[in-house]
Amino acid sequence: MENTENTQHYLTATEAGLVGCRACGTVAPQGTHVCPCCQSRLEFSETASLQKVWAWLVAGLIAYVPANIYPMLRTSTLGQTSENTLMGGIIELVHHGSYGVAFIVFFASILIPIAKFIAIAFLAISVRKPANLGNHGRLVLYEVVEFIGRWSMIDVFVVAILTALVQLDFAAAISPGIAAVSFALSVAFTMLAAQSFDPRLMWLAENRVES
Amino acid sequence: MILDQVIACPVCDALHHDQDVQKHSIAKCARCGTVLAAPKSGAMTRIAMLSLTALILLIAAASFPFLALEVQGLSHQASVLDTILAFASGPMLPLSLATGLLIVLLPAARYCALIYTLAPMAIGYRPAPYAAMVYTWAERLKPWAMAEIFIIGVAVALVKVSGLARVELGPAFWAFAALLIVTILTDSSICRLTVWKTLRTRSTI
Repeated sequence: MENTENTQHYLTATEAGLVGCRACGTVAPQGTHVCPCCQSRLEFSETASLQKVWAWLVAGLIAYVPANIYPMLRTSTLGQTSENTLMGGIIELVHHGSYGVAFIVFFASILIPIAKFIAIAFLAISVRKPANLGNHGRLVLYEVVEFIGRWSMIDVFVVAILTALVQLDFAAAISPGIAAVSFALSVAFTMLAAQSFDPRLMWLAENRVES
Repeated sequence: MILDQVIACPVCDALHHDQDVQKHSIAKCARCGTVLAAPKSGAMTRIAMLSLTALILLIAAASFPFLALEVQGLSHQASVLDTILAFASGPMLPLSLATGLLIVLLPAARYCALIYTLAPMAIGYRPAPYAAMVYTWAERLKPWAMAEIFIIGVAVALVKVSGLARVELGPAFWAFAALLIVTILTDSSICRLTVWKTLRTRSTI
């Protein structure tokens, strides 16, 4: 890994009057709408990218609220039914004394989603003005957010597996709560927000500072 | 055309001369350090073969017994289809569809697309018709193919249940576990820009 900030000036496709394709690297004259090589849409516009990022991010945040309020799991044991929200499940784990598992669930289902929202918002804000965190720092942040986003879907899969597996009639049965839907939507929207963010914008800001 | 000799870094937009990168060496963007090309010898063959393996494992995972739960004489079996249909009752049906897509259908579609584009090139043929479009879709599907995330979810669920009941692991579980490894191997051998370059040069000949 390079830690030193590279200060040398590099000619970019935009400066050369070209537009690069994010999927295959092909360059085409500016104003071309479809990549001649892979037929992807060629679009490099700050407003279009950031509008999409904010729209998906807000959608993700909205979906995250019911994901926390409503029950994720409904457990019935010997006729007694209890409903667990995300946070409720964690508190129950703490009461049972399994601090390790409680921490992991708290980390994966609460901390990481919130950190993702903050990270994407930070990236979207920071392209408008030069940030303290250098480009390499932001690039690492962007890559981490892109990588980690899909792994949050684990919670939804756990609910599905528990529901399918724990069906012992009267003795014990688990059914999913409506929060599973909101959580899945929240994860999908956040993934779309991260995908809409064009990393080239971070470097465009640097070019503007230079000139 | 001069544009053929230049590529733009997908991450930072810096222009680079499109040189032939030696096998087993890595070309990184001088500005942001993103890996632009990392060709390996026989990578196309390997990816096509691994994709075929993954497809077979996926079919096995979807059809063999998956998990069984046993506690005090009571037992219950669950297949992968049961897991997908976990949300099927009531208003959560769309989530069942999404789960089916994410853990079985989209990974299968992605592997088919990879085989379709890369297998002809691996044996030195011209790309199949619409190969560029199909490969674009394979790349787009990548984040949404979550078979490997599902198996980690299984592991988490097993930790939660194992204290209360005995869980038996069926062949489908091991198929999914193998799929996790094959997926990682496939994804680490794919070099996007090399695939595009090969597609470009082969289709113009």
